[in-house]
Amino acid sequence: MNQPQAFTYTPPRDDVHTEPGAIRFVIVALAVLFLLIFVVLPLVVVFASAFSKGVMAYVAALGEPEALSAIRLTLLVAAISVSLNLVSGVIAAWAIAKFDFAGKTFLITLIDLPFSVSPVISGLVFVLLFGAQGFFGPWLQAHDIRILFALPGIALATIFVTFPFVARALIPLMQEQGTQEEEAAISLGASGLQTFFRVTLPNIKWGLLYGVLLCNARAMGEFGAVSVVSGHIRGETNTMPLLVEILYNEYQFVASFAIASLLAMLALITLVAKTVLERRLDEGQVVSDD
Amino acid sequence: MTIEVKNLTKKFGDFAALDNVDLKVADGELLALLGPSGSGKTTLLRIIAGLDWPDSGEVSFGGENVLSRSAGERHVGFVFQHYALFRHMTVFENVAFGLRVQPRAIRKDEAAIRARVKELLDLVQLDWLSDRYPNQLSGGQRQRIALARALAIEPRILLLDEPFGALDAKVRKELRQWLRSLHQEIHVTSIFVTHDQEEALEVANRVVVMDKGRIEQVGTPGEVYDNPATAFVHGFIGESIVLPVEVRDGGVQLGGKALNIAANGYAPGAAKLFIRRHDMQIGPAGSGALEGSVQHVRTFGPIQRAEVALCGAAEKTVIEIDAPRDRELHAGDAVSLQPRRYRIFAAQE
Repeated sequence: MNQPQAFTYTPPRDDVHTEPGAIRFVIVALAVLFLLIFVVLPLVVVFASAFSKGVMAYVAALGEPEALSAIRLTLLVAAISVSLNLVSGVIAAWAIAKFDFAGKTFLITLIDLPFSVSPVISGLVFVLLFGAQGFFGPWLQAHDIRILFALPGIALATIFVTFPFVARALIPLMQEQGTQEEEAAISLGASGLQTFFRVTLPNIKWGLLYGVLLCNARAMGEFGAVSVVSGHIRGETNTMPLLVEILYNEYQFVASFAIASLLAMLALITLVAKTVLERRLDEGQVVSDD
Repeated sequence: MTIEVKNLTKKFGDFAALDNVDLKVADGELLALLGPSGSGKTTLLRIIAGLDWPDSGEVSFGGENVLSRSAGERHVGFVFQHYALFRHMTVFENVAFGLRVQPRAIRKDEAAIRARVKELLDLVQLDWLSDRYPNQLSGGQRQRIALARALAIEPRILLLDEPFGALDAKVRKELRQWLRSLHQEIHVTSIFVTHDQEEALEVANRVVVMDKGRIEQVGTPGEVYDNPATAFVHGFIGESIVLPVEVRDGGVQLGGKALNIAANGYAPGAAKLFIRRHDMQIGPAGSGALEGSVQHVRTFGPIQRAEVALCGAAEKTVIEIDAPRDRELHAGDAVSLQPRRYRIFAAQE
């Protein structure tokens, strides 16, 4: 009849680390409410407005020559700036992480500069350099080269604004990995290029992809710097973010939100890819700590 | 392959990592570079490997100067302290790396590479791990794979940087014996760096003792232990009792009091008396060179270790000596001490 008490096991309650249920509910509810109002609601509004006149209007808005031209330009600018930043970011991170030289701290500060400067200023710099009254302006005009209000200017401004992403993603990773694997490869007879492609690159691939992803998202979404240098020539120098603004100002809400919905989808895809990559990077970290 | 190092000097800023170092390594030798951290031993090893460059001096392999050659051209197998295995490659690919990066003209075909890797994995007794990644291996296994990888290129010379430094004591001991028997099997000229004297004395044919960028002594393990050339070597290898003494009138004085030992022709002046702990014989009071009283006795397996406070020294001096278990010792006993063997070196500074 008398069951021995000692055999009934109650798991210890972790009261020290847990608030009462009511408080927990309130805190979680507040966080969710905040996210709903400031993140989910705007996103829903973008898609709802884009489809407010039906799917046909949405598709038609995206099929407009101006919209197609903006999409093309945005993809082109992103392709140029991401690939150039990929190469220069890897080189910068390599130099900073694997070598010691005078002025290293200064170089790191320079890499971060685009993050701390307002994008409008970043655009203005190029106007001051290449504009008609700018530093190189007269020379460029004399040789009939167009940089401002054309693709080169937009690409330059975008490259400037998105430069830190790849380097920033790689520097801590490469610093943590050190140079021993490279030294091992070289002592085993590998050339510099073989060492880079067989040892260094595979070790940083997830970090590199992460940097490229963020760089791409920013390159496609950049407004301020591009707005200053683009000149807003319709069907020629408007990127997607610029076109969203123009269409909205002209009360073409469906068309405006249709383009905006594409940018929003890019953001969502980036978010998912970023989460996946971060998980990969964490795994890599655990491996290398071991 | 013989190795010769001449007048090697390397500075990092004001710090002289290597100061005019000369060294000859005979063909097929297993040499230990032994010294405390900062003694320049790893720098010397890296310069021989071609991973670092000296400010001045020469390095030659088999009479041929190699300083103008890159690490890859020197055909040296290097084993890193923290293994430096390629983390994204399997064990098999790690070992195969050196064979796969060879210029196309001399590269082996896939079947030959596979056969060679298999042979090396058999040699280090880890062929069953060939599909694993480095993070799935234990420290000892990683170190053996690192060795197999270094051997894959058929190196003329094998260099190991603190090969067992990151392993626990038991694995260390096993790997030491294993490395020695492996060396007997493949007989390639090898140099390993260590700060562990026991490791150096147990594994190497010859030991190079280094301190502050200089070579203090080169000799067989027996020589450096029994006939240390300098005060540093005596103090660094084995455990020593060191007493500040003065040599005067052919005798040795401690705190102004003559000790009953000969100066062995050592020049007069301030000096240091070095005695191995187990070379100090304990006798009844009044019978030896030094008088003292036992403060504390502990037993360790076959020996007992006594802390003895010396009488006659200017300041209170307590030394630790080792005595056999059968000799009865108690705290408070008055004893006398007679060194069976001792050495005198000039006092530094």
